[in-house]
Amino acid sequence: MLRVERLSKSYPTPQGPIPVLRGVDFTLDAGASLALTGESGSGKSTLIHLVGALDDADSGEVVLDGVALTRLPEKARAAMRRDKIGVVFQQFNLIPSLTVAENLGFQARLAGRYDPPWQQELTERLGLAALGARYPEELSGGQQQRVAIGRALAVRPKLLLADEPTGNLDEATGDNVMSLALDLVAATGCAFLMATHSERLASRLRRRVRLESGFLAQ
Amino acid sequence: MKFPGAMKFPGAMKETLWTFAALASHWRRRPGNFGMLLLGLAMATALWSGVQALNAQARNSYDAATAAISGGGARTLGSSRGGLFDQDLFVKLRRAGFNVSPVLEGSVRIGEENVRIIGVEPLSLPRRSPIAHLRSRADLIEDFFSGPGRGFASPETLRRLNLAEGAQPLTNRGRQLPPLAALAEAPPGAIVVDIGVAQHLLDRHEKLSRLILADDETLDEARLKSIAGDALRLVAANEESELDRLTDSFHLNLTAFGFLAFLVGLFIVHAAYGLAFEQRLPTLRTLRALGVAPMHLVAAMAWEIAVLTLAAGGAGVIGGYALARALLPDVARSLESLYGAQISENLALDARWWFSGLAMAGAGAVLAAASGLLKTLRLPPLSVSRPIAWRAEHHRYLRRQAALAVLALVAAACAYGFGKGLASGFAVIGLALLAAALFLPVGLAGALALGEHVARRPLARWFFADGRQEISGLSLALMALLIALAANIGVGGMVEGFRQTFGRWLDARLVAEVYFEAATPADAQDIEAWARKQSDISAILPVWRAKTRIGAWPVDVFGMTPHETYTAHFPLLDAEPNMWTDLRDQDAVLVSEQLARRLGLGVGAMIDIPTSHEDWRARVVGVFPDYGNPKGQLRIDHEKLKRYFDDASGIHYSLRAAPGATPRVIEDMQQRFDGKIARIIDQSELKALSTEVFERTFAVTTALNTLTLIVSGVALFASLLTLSEMRRARIAPVWALGATRRQLAGLEMIRVLAFAAGAAVFATPLGLFMTWCLVAIVNVAAFGWRLPFHMFPAQWLVVLLIALCAAFFAALVPLVRLARSAPTELLRVFSNER
Ligand SMILES: Nc1ncnc2c1ncn2[C@@H]1O[C@H](COP(=O)(O)OP(=O)(O)OP(=O)(O)O)[C@@H](O)[C@H]1O
Ligand SMILES: [Mg+2]
Repeated sequence: MLRVERLSKSYPTPQGPIPVLRGVDFTLDAGASLALTGESGSGKSTLIHLVGALDDADSGEVVLDGVALTRLPEKARAAMRRDKIGVVFQQFNLIPSLTVAENLGFQARLAGRYDPPWQQELTERLGLAALGARYPEELSGGQQQRVAIGRALAVRPKLLLADEPTGNLDEATGDNVMSLALDLVAATGCAFLMATHSERLASRLRRRVRLESGFLAQ
Repeated sequence: MKFPGAMKFPGAMKETLWTFAALASHWRRRPGNFGMLLLGLAMATALWSGVQALNAQARNSYDAATAAISGGGARTLGSSRGGLFDQDLFVKLRRAGFNVSPVLEGSVRIGEENVRIIGVEPLSLPRRSPIAHLRSRADLIEDFFSGPGRGFASPETLRRLNLAEGAQPLTNRGRQLPPLAALAEAPPGAIVVDIGVAQHLLDRHEKLSRLILADDETLDEARLKSIAGDALRLVAANEESELDRLTDSFHLNLTAFGFLAFLVGLFIVHAAYGLAFEQRLPTLRTLRALGVAPMHLVAAMAWEIAVLTLAAGGAGVIGGYALARALLPDVARSLESLYGAQISENLALDARWWFSGLAMAGAGAVLAAASGLLKTLRLPPLSVSRPIAWRAEHHRYLRRQAALAVLALVAAACAYGFGKGLASGFAVIGLALLAAALFLPVGLAGALALGEHVARRPLARWFFADGRQEISGLSLALMALLIALAANIGVGGMVEGFRQTFGRWLDARLVAEVYFEAATPADAQDIEAWARKQSDISAILPVWRAKTRIGAWPVDVFGMTPHETYTAHFPLLDAEPNMWTDLRDQDAVLVSEQLARRLGLGVGAMIDIPTSHEDWRARVVGVFPDYGNPKGQLRIDHEKLKRYFDDASGIHYSLRAAPGATPRVIEDMQQRFDGKIARIIDQSELKALSTEVFERTFAVTTALNTLTLIVSGVALFASLLTLSEMRRARIAPVWALGATRRQLAGLEMIRVLAFAAGAAVFATPLGLFMTWCLVAIVNVAAFGWRLPFHMFPAQWLVVLLIALCAAFFAALVPLVRLARSAPTELLRVFSNER
């Protein structure tokens, strides 16, 4: 499903490029989940961005569902993001001008895959049924993150990416959100890659890897 | 014993300074925003102070013209009826012991230039008179009185006439001037000569235009009356000069447009400062949390504003100077051709002007920053890290805008209902513009809400929903654009309507083929006798002129002979049925529209006209339009003009020539009468001249209007540029969900274009309303004539295109940057704290 090969990435700075990833390899099958840990600044977000077709790698390859992401032009990459990838960020990143229901269905509609029964099911399982007409600013952090997860899964992605999804939430809320996410991942059968600081969260996923000085350590 | 205040002050000072440094560091990170702030303030100041410079220059020149002779502050005696009076009166007054000095003024043409001739008697002039300085040219003073005499002109005037010292040019009446000499104190555009020389040059023998009273002269009015009768009138030292009064509306017009441009500039400043305030809110909160008192924050911001004012205001005032220099020739020409005022083209401005420019910049900066300062004072020390509740804020904002718009509208209605004249006209226009501008965001938000309601596709829905969020950020720039567009439609409509009316009116008014001015009345008789015998000339029509004053207003009286030229063509607004026969056979006059309005006269009213003898009581039998003439005008029968006005010019004529014969007639007359003709001009040339005067009058208005539009374009650009960073945070999530950057940039462009189009659509009825106000209130109050109201749809289309172009180019740079931005920049949105 997802294959990452010798992926490397550095950021240009006035003092010269800083290498962040120096050659990362891993694979992830449909239905599998992988926790990505590492110290702050180790490059977890960078890796998520590369896998999510959000940024360009310096070298190496990301192959998702048989498509090599790094060689795609902008338009095709956008289509990959839209159709095959769901992303959940630490800051939720909901669209403030749209209601909860609209946010939930946004990516699915973009992809032309809006599926009312599935949408309905997600809404209910995420406990958002009563909140559909509200706007993001009228929700708590946990509620917002549930909407973000729903939005990512509404499109039935092949791959769900999450970058510190519970980083802005308290422990209990975070656990709750995490459980919901894992249930839904299991229900859709997508691959799940999550970056996190928390060993406790990481332990709830099937596999875990650690990023250290630009390489993955099992 | 310690004195606490003594130690406290430096500490407080330091705190303010550190706070200032922390706040100012923001600009280092955002030089673009800072540049816009400076540019906006500088442009606003430049437009305002440029216009003020033009006004000040013109007024200084008027003052210089009067003060040059009398030294300013002197009382004078002038003819009660306007025009000239007999030198006899002066001689009688002098014999009776009155200490007065005679002056004769008039104008001649030298080549293509009008020159004012001022005849004085230097020995009796008050010592304060700058002209008395001609004593400083002791080398020439002898010559002034004896031999051919001397003519003194300022070096600038000599340059304009292209003459050197010692030159003796001919006037177009064929009179030779005395050798010219440079005298810096001479008023602009004038040549000062001895009174006898002036009488000869102007062909006004034994005539004077006024008498200057010596400073210590206590005027015994009863004795004056016993010697001079009612012929002379005392003009107080501080009485507004005729020129001041005539040109008042011209200057008010300029001021109004300058102020409009200033306001549009302030929109930029307000937008840029508001944005900087939002961006610095975290810093302000942190400073508050660190224990800086709100007063110190405000003090630091005040420092910042002061620095801004000095930098941008200074640049603006310099820009205003440059602008005034660029526009001065047009303004000077138009004041000369309209009012005969001579404006020095050496722009000289005093310290007061520089300071008032800076003060205006400061006031503008404080006004634009006021809301930020107030918010700072009320800033809570605890940072509340709730996400900004934009929806609630958006609705509050829309409600407030709508309420203010209604308020402005009510004020406009009051200004229209209760106000009077020019100021009320401008107030109505200003308040209506303000109301529309305030309402614009509400209207746009409504349109977007409608769009959101109708849209089905997700990106389209996002497009509309997100647009509503963008409105508050762009609204100031859009309001500025709206005002500029409306002003363009409004003024454009008025000018175009005037141009058409004026053209048609000119065609009807200038029917005769040839117009000429004889050198003297005797020459005129010769020419008249000759012309009657020519087969090519079907009629020779005297159009003699005289002057009078009615109700303190200068009025020109024109004679006309009964002829088809008038009966079939002369344009009239209102008339009695038998007007032309009554005009010939009865005590009847035609009154120009301006004069009729000023005196509140209509057809059938009676009017008392001061003449050379007693007042003449006549009936108004018609009112005619007299566009572009600042003075009132009466048209009476030629025979009556001769009877009632001894000093009628006797030299002005028009000729009806056979078709095609005009050039031959003119050439014939020039050969035959050479020096006896001061000026001869054919119809087409005269029309061209009049049209040129017209075009020049509006050149400055049009220039200011275009500048205002440019400023509003810059405002839009500034806002879009500074907003682009905020926009990135809104766009990034949509991009991450699978939209391309190009797609998003395209949507952003469509949105900006739609906003601009919305502003243009709003601006059209507003502009029409403005045209109506200009035509029906302002023009009537300022000039005394009312134009028919026209609409020009082609103009609206042009304005729409201008709006779209302005929006397109303003949006281009930020959007190209967005379309090309590296993913890293968009990704930062996800990793940065909000
Ligand atoms: N746009 C950028 N320009 C320069 N350097 C960057 C940029 N983005 C990230 N970096 C650097 O790359 C490194 C990896 O950053 P990244 O955000 O991937 O770390 P992370 O593991 O997600 O950290 P955290 O756990 O704090 O979120 C860091 O040292 C960071 O400073
Ligand atoms: Mg990270």
